[in-house]
Amino acid sequence: MTGRVQLYAGGMLSAVFLVAAAVSLVWVPHDVAALNIAERLRPPGGDYVLGTDQFGRDLLSMLMVGARSSIAVALVAVGIGMGLGVPLGLIAAANRGSLIDEIIMRGNDLIFAFPALVIAILITAVFGPSAVNAILAIGIFNIPVFARVTRGGALSLWTLDYILAARVAGKGPARISVEHILPNIANLLIVQGTIQFSLGILAEAGLSYVGLGAQPPTPSWGRMLAEAQTMIYTTPRLAILPGLAIVLMVLGLNLMGDGLRDALDPRLRRAAR
Amino acid sequence: MIGVEGLSVAIHGARVLTDVSFAVERGQIAGLVGESGSGKSMTALAMMGLLPHGARASGAVRLDGTDLLQLSEAQMCDVRGRQIGMIFQEPMTALNPVQNIGDQVAETLVIHGVASRAEALREAGKRLNRVGLPAARFPLTRYPHELSGGQRQRVCIAMAIALRPQLLIADEPTTALDVTTQARILDLLKGLVEEERMGLLFITHDLAVVAGLADRLAVMRRGEIVEQGAAAEVLAQRRHPYTRALFEAATHRPDPVPAAAEAPLLRVARVERSYPQARHSLFRRPPPFRAVKGVSFDINRGESVGLVGESGCGKSTLTRAILGLDPLQGGEIRLDGQAVTAGERMPAPLRRKMNIVFQDPYGSFNPRHRVGRLIAEPFHLTGRPDDAETRVAEALSSVGLAPGDAVKFIHEFSGGQRQRIAIARALITRPELIVLDEAVSALDVQVRAQILDLLADLRRRFGLSYLFVSHDLHVVRAITDRVLVMRAGEIVEAGPTERVLHAPNHDYTKALLAAAPELEVPR
Amino acid sequence: MLRFTLLRLLSLGLSLAVASLVIFAVIEVIPGDPAAFMLGLNAEPEAVASLRRELGLSGSLADRYISWAGGMLRGDFGQSYTYRVPVADLVAQRLVVSLPLAAYALTLTVLIAVPVGLAAAARRGSAADYGIMGATQLGIAVPNFWFAMLLVLVFAVNLRWFSAGGFPGWEAGLFPGLKALTLPAVALALPQAAILARVMRSALIETLGQDYIRSARAKGLSRAQAIRRHALRNALIPVLTIMGLQFSFLLAGAIIIENVFFLPGLGRLIFQAITQRDLVVVESVVMLLVFAVILVTFVVDLAYAAVDPRLRRR
Repeated sequence: MTGRVQLYAGGMLSAVFLVAAAVSLVWVPHDVAALNIAERLRPPGGDYVLGTDQFGRDLLSMLMVGARSSIAVALVAVGIGMGLGVPLGLIAAANRGSLIDEIIMRGNDLIFAFPALVIAILITAVFGPSAVNAILAIGIFNIPVFARVTRGGALSLWTLDYILAARVAGKGPARISVEHILPNIANLLIVQGTIQFSLGILAEAGLSYVGLGAQPPTPSWGRMLAEAQTMIYTTPRLAILPGLAIVLMVLGLNLMGDGLRDALDPRLRRAAR
Repeated sequence: MIGVEGLSVAIHGARVLTDVSFAVERGQIAGLVGESGSGKSMTALAMMGLLPHGARASGAVRLDGTDLLQLSEAQMCDVRGRQIGMIFQEPMTALNPVQNIGDQVAETLVIHGVASRAEALREAGKRLNRVGLPAARFPLTRYPHELSGGQRQRVCIAMAIALRPQLLIADEPTTALDVTTQARILDLLKGLVEEERMGLLFITHDLAVVAGLADRLAVMRRGEIVEQGAAAEVLAQRRHPYTRALFEAATHRPDPVPAAAEAPLLRVARVERSYPQARHSLFRRPPPFRAVKGVSFDINRGESVGLVGESGCGKSTLTRAILGLDPLQGGEIRLDGQAVTAGERMPAPLRRKMNIVFQDPYGSFNPRHRVGRLIAEPFHLTGRPDDAETRVAEALSSVGLAPGDAVKFIHEFSGGQRQRIAIARALITRPELIVLDEAVSALDVQVRAQILDLLADLRRRFGLSYLFVSHDLHVVRAITDRVLVMRAGEIVEAGPTERVLHAPNHDYTKALLAAAPELEVPR
Repeated sequence: MLRFTLLRLLSLGLSLAVASLVIFAVIEVIPGDPAAFMLGLNAEPEAVASLRRELGLSGSLADRYISWAGGMLRGDFGQSYTYRVPVADLVAQRLVVSLPLAAYALTLTVLIAVPVGLAAAARRGSAADYGIMGATQLGIAVPNFWFAMLLVLVFAVNLRWFSAGGFPGWEAGLFPGLKALTLPAVALALPQAAILARVMRSALIETLGQDYIRSARAKGLSRAQAIRRHALRNALIPVLTIMGLQFSFLLAGAIIIENVFFLPGLGRLIFQAITQRDLVVVESVVMLLVFAVILVTFVVDLAYAAVDPRLRRR
């Protein structure tokens, strides 16, 4: 029961930000590129629902556009991680104990030794700062996560009799992986996907906060926080609101992930019936 | 000594036990028999005060006059281990993997405050010695993973009897063990009952096991005791229809199938299978483990052959080789004259000629596919015929299910029905040989009898050959013409089933037969 | 156990070698000419040539890698191009801030997470459990650097219990040093503690469902005794895994959070080095961070074996 509540509450919370990000593509209350010193540090209310920052930009508009870049980065990074990690995990599991499996798993361990921040530092040091760096860094970090989850889930399935039955029916490992393994670990991957999505939002915020992510003038939640830091004594609102946006978005995604886990777990479902 | 009086249990309002009453005296073995879900384990847990959350018990469990149901949790902790010990079905998981066996046995004494840790360890050594684990070969510092299933069950027994309780509850203690191991554990339990003058409540699904063991017997069905009394009397008279049905199912043998012609279908010749072993030294690679050592036998067309052996004897490895799943290291396997090879190199028309039915009715099917698709999977070998749907319907009918079941999902079926679906899947390509890998072992006796009848009937109708892999001599006797006895990778004895089981030549066959619990078949 | 340790050591060495190759390739091979890269587009050819000499770029790639890796083994990390001092000295000055910060945060994480996870698992389904789970759910969602800003706002700006940033140096004494690291460590630790507490709880609940817990209860252990004597140690295995992963998050988090508190740690060093294109410093610091992560993986592997006898023989 609580699983359902979590799923809906989390889904609604995430949806608010997704909609805000989508709307920002076509419309925002105020232009976020234009600096307007005359309107600087307006308190919330009136024309500016959440007030303006020290450059006179509308905070609500900034948050909406920031949601867009956060979501885009995290989503593409999950795509990179799944796109490469899932096939690698399937291959490793299908060839359990072989040299291929060993190479894939050692490669995974190697990437695990490079936290996303370190990857971002390396890329930025060599190629210079850009928004793509954050995507790449988080995406690369996601690869071994998905590879491991996939391999683990697949390995436990490979021991089951229905896989043996498929082999007796003459099916090869590639076909079995696609037809029998993948559909049965889809739940696992969906849940891990939401977790990595929310971690991606957090990581993106951290990276753009230290200048390794989105570059000016693109608004992003992390950069807004960096810019608000000097204003924290006088206008704490500038630092509190973007942080709150991150917390709510991540909270929504995590709740949704937990709810999905409960809703999709066949063991729990069987117990409930 | 202990009396269960009108015990009823409900879990979240649903009745699981109704008015259960029986008694166990000191020095006595009481058997509690029933099929899965009959409530026998729940009875034991209620007596121990270890019912799951949300369960409510009423009635009384009197131990020397005290009603255990009225005791507080702290008082029950004192009773458990001291007055009542308990052992469980699965010895592989019943011990803490990160604590050595000495500490686990000694803990029973330490926790009840009867001994210091050093004294407790000394006593633990004695108890382990008593249950057949002498300190010379099994020091207290051994960890569970270093012991076999039977040895672990001995540790569990030592733990349970460390404080010489008045009552030992054994919940299917030998179900997960091989027959010869089972026989030794049963002997141990019997000896302990006599020596320590304790009562033993022995819970099992297997009438044959309690038949030679129990003084008193109670038969349970759907949370109620339907019949109880002196064991010999209950078994001989079988007054209640359910007892009779259970007894008949346990001794059931399908009508014999006419003998087969002398035309070999499968020829297994000098087959070798070996695995690389894990390294224990950085520099030396151990020699490969030979799981199957030069095994040869034939199966004729229309013949049913049993392959019997205990766990680890190589029968599963051999089965996988026959199905062309693993490569051979020597010898050859021919089906219908053609060589069986491993992997995708094996031609599909050859593969089509054999199929398999597994033990576990739950893990045998992809839960996301409908029954129609599950059964049609072997069409991968033949190409999907135009009349595929008709053939799926036929296969379902021939195993006693409705053609309409094809659109259902697998979780809508019971264990016995799933085994029927597995058989339908094995039949779909009209194979000549079906490997039945412990195919009825996970089923309750009554369902098992039905599936055995079905198998005999299908063999008669389609002229099928069976390779029937099993640890259960009774089932093998019921359904095979010839039997192969396998031990440590070799076939030690082969011959007509009746001859081998009545007049075995090899010592190992004799040992197996002596260990196998037997119900007297009324003639 | 000895063989296990030796094998792990071997794999530790191998991981370090491969990781150093990757870092070397990214920093010294991809940019083409590192000297020209560091000096930028408008550099005089003579200046580039002199920097090439200084960096020893004349040799083959293999020679350069061997001299770089060999130097690190001896503790020689090269000369910083911008600061004109040995990188090893620079790093050492910064490490005395970053390392204690990460260790402080890890300690806090464990001290908070273990009892909280234990309490939630022991009272599974109770109001306390729901409360704890709700709080940890929120804790996980909080970015640590933002939480750090809130802490500054409350404890430094409003309550004035702590200073808003800066580090007095350990010369000023242990207590002032620790005090300066307290807010950053708390900011780092709380979100991680939320994660660890949840892992602890679910690991314990999982182990409490195992057969051997039932065996223990049948021996007469109370629920609490069964948790303390059997479940805890078995639950430690997944908890250790997460702790190992958390160390790398804490390290990364420490680097980011140093910016909030103006701490003179590795973070400040590396971000300045990136802006100044001081590749020598970037290369060394990155290698050091990766080394720390790999080392922690090694320690966690050994800890597994200490907890679980089944692993010792492999």
